[in-house]
Amino acid sequence: MIELSTEYFIVLLALFLCVAMAMIRIVKGPTAPDRVVGFDTINTIVIVSMVIFGAAYQTVIYIDVAIVYALLSFVSTLFIARYLQGGDF
Amino acid sequence: MLDMILTSIIYLLLAIGVFFNLLAGIGLLRFPDVYTRLHAGTKCTTFGSIFIIGSVILIGLKTWYLGDVNGSVLTIHSAVALIAILLTNPTGAHAIARAAHRSGVMPENAVIDELQIKGKKQKKTEKKETEDHT
Repeated sequence: MIELSTEYFIVLLALFLCVAMAMIRIVKGPTAPDRVVGFDTINTIVIVSMVIFGAAYQTVIYIDVAIVYALLSFVSTLFIARYLQGGDF
Repeated sequence: MLDMILTSIIYLLLAIGVFFNLLAGIGLLRFPDVYTRLHAGTKCTTFGSIFIIGSVILIGLKTWYLGDVNGSVLTIHSAVALIAILLTNPTGAHAIARAAHRSGVMPENAVIDELQIKGKKQKKTEKKETEDHT
């Protein structure tokens, strides 16, 4: 296994900062759609950081997990949007 | 020589991607209402993830070129992840915007809201049609 080198560490730290900012929006957000927007942003950033982890450790299984996570988070976002919209399912 | 050029391109792509993701975070914090936040939080992360995953694809191509077969697996799987993000992220954003508008959250500083006007017109015509039938 290869050690996590410095440049990947910096990239992951910056992505973690983005996740922290989106979490502030989730806690503060005045309405429900604001929170869903923050949630969606966190999903995308987590997918990207999983791909970075896979490249850093030379482990392809992380990238497979990222693909499945992308599709499942898409389904969950659609369900939450459908719930917010109201009406019949 | 080729190794050095490829490494600098990889670092450049990583820097652009991280810059756009940071812009997404700042936009989420600073913008005034749901739709502008959605604009920042979805477009910027999609654009930034194109560059970051592109750099990972280049890393895979580099290791493949240097003789390691595992690089091809890294390249192809990262490309599939990129396609998944590109297909799902704008669709999810569209669904969230539609749900926000239908659940009654209106744009804060908007001068004109054409979707609302259109909806009212449609409701009026539907009402007229039902009245005509009765």
